[in-house]
Amino acid sequence: MNKITEMLLEMVSELSGVPKNAAYNIREDGGCAGRASTDNVRITSKTDEPGIDIRVLPGTKGETVYIPACVTHTGVRDLVYNDFYIGDGADVTIVAGCGVHNEGEEESQHNGVHRFFIGKDARVLYLEKHVGVGEGTGRRIINPQTWVRIDEGGYMKMDTTQIKGVDSTKRITRAELMKDARLVIREKLMTHGEQTAETDFSVDLTGEDSGCDLVSRSVARGSSHQVFRSVINGNTRCTGHSACDAIIMDEGSVSAIPELTAASVDAALIHEAAIGKIAGEQLTKLMTLGLTEQEAEQKIIEGFLK
Amino acid sequence: MLELQDITVDVDDSRGILRDVSLKIDDGKFVVITGPNGGGKSTLARVVAGITRPAAGRILLDGEDVTGLGITERARRGVGFAFQQPVRFKGLTVRDLVELAAGGSLSEQQLCGYLSDVGLCAMDYIDREVNASLSGGEIKRIEIASVMARKTRLTIFDEPEAGIDLWSFQNLIGVFQKLRRETSGSLVVISHQERILEIADELVVLASGVVTAHGPREEILPGLLKGDGSRCAFCPQEGGICHE
Repeated sequence: MNKITEMLLEMVSELSGVPKNAAYNIREDGGCAGRASTDNVRITSKTDEPGIDIRVLPGTKGETVYIPACVTHTGVRDLVYNDFYIGDGADVTIVAGCGVHNEGEEESQHNGVHRFFIGKDARVLYLEKHVGVGEGTGRRIINPQTWVRIDEGGYMKMDTTQIKGVDSTKRITRAELMKDARLVIREKLMTHGEQTAETDFSVDLTGEDSGCDLVSRSVARGSSHQVFRSVINGNTRCTGHSACDAIIMDEGSVSAIPELTAASVDAALIHEAAIGKIAGEQLTKLMTLGLTEQEAEQKIIEGFLK
Repeated sequence: MLELQDITVDVDDSRGILRDVSLKIDDGKFVVITGPNGGGKSTLARVVAGITRPAAGRILLDGEDVTGLGITERARRGVGFAFQQPVRFKGLTVRDLVELAAGGSLSEQQLCGYLSDVGLCAMDYIDREVNASLSGGEIKRIEIASVMARKTRLTIFDEPEAGIDLWSFQNLIGVFQKLRRETSGSLVVISHQERILEIADELVVLASGVVTAHGPREEILPGLLKGDGSRCAFCPQEGGICHE
């Protein structure tokens, strides 16, 4: 593992060195910089395409699995397929961040496709943090795809964060939920300069009493541009909620494009979107506490993306 | 001491919200500004806090001309301001807000102190966001707690009684007394409430943008309550100051 990978790991997974007593696979510039399995979590290489299979045995409780990916120099174009098989009744946390360091002029990118097969009554907390660093003019690109199928009574919460340094990102999330399954997504995003970020969620609520709750909070600064697309299809008795809450600053722009389709009279679907600048009265209030306008702006954004 | 000299605030070219208002508020005094709705009370408070800029006139704080200073500079010179309609924030918690007001991190015990002063249980509130999920009464009390945490030498409350729901006036009065005790500073409260007027050192009546009366409570209050035997000249509803 090189020094840049060590730095990126700390940023995306809060790891210093390799994790202890936990299953992990550290991907570095398309190769493997370290791997370990545990009795309940087996990680093996794929033979037909780049990537790994992560198998969590049924009933596994309380384990954390680290699957970070790092791109450490310019001109790397990484593509990986990671499949997660979560056994019935398991309850695990998966930490899957990605860091791209680019010190040169060519672009560097990571394209990660994560497929989740979540068993009956299993629970997954999925944490994903993306960062871009390095002084080069080459673009830092991260395109994550997450495909999820949640069986009866299963639950998944995805917490995704991208705060700085990634020049271009296109996030695709597809999910199908069976009976009583639930999916919760919390996205936090900040873009600067000329960056672009596109989010594309599509969820099929197929099983009775399934439900999803997708909330995106974002800040677009500089002349960056964001697009938020969310599609929820309620095919039966179910509940679906999506919300896009965005602050725009400078010349930033945000598009929110929701689509709800109810194909059952018992499907309850809601979308909310709010895009605007920081409210003047919020700045005024914090300034009456002694903060400067810039300090107030920073506090408001920190809180919003907390 | 706060001194306003000939303060004028224009809405448009034709009519002033405040016209040549001059007022002195001595250190350690509890002054209630009252008067009919639309008379300019909130505007006056916002002028002192630096939120509204006057078209003419001067504002002196302990002899220093602060007319040209912004909101931040006045706050740093010891002006505290409690909004009539508190602002909501997505993401900022009650702890964040009170700590920003106090100017540093606070122990749970200190937070508990500020919140219990306004009748809230800290455990239920410190991690809650100051967002739309709070009721009007809750957010008003949090606003008051945040201003108390500042311990400023001049604290302005713009209609603190508005919307404090079940929390009693007695507690609000307790807040004022505690603030006076702890800061030895001046309190300026905009209010229609008789019970708040009754504890003031001085009363100021502001109507149609001008000060129509200013003096010790004992001199001013009887006139406000009795009037001509029927009703007072001003009232948020119809007949006079609020007695309930």
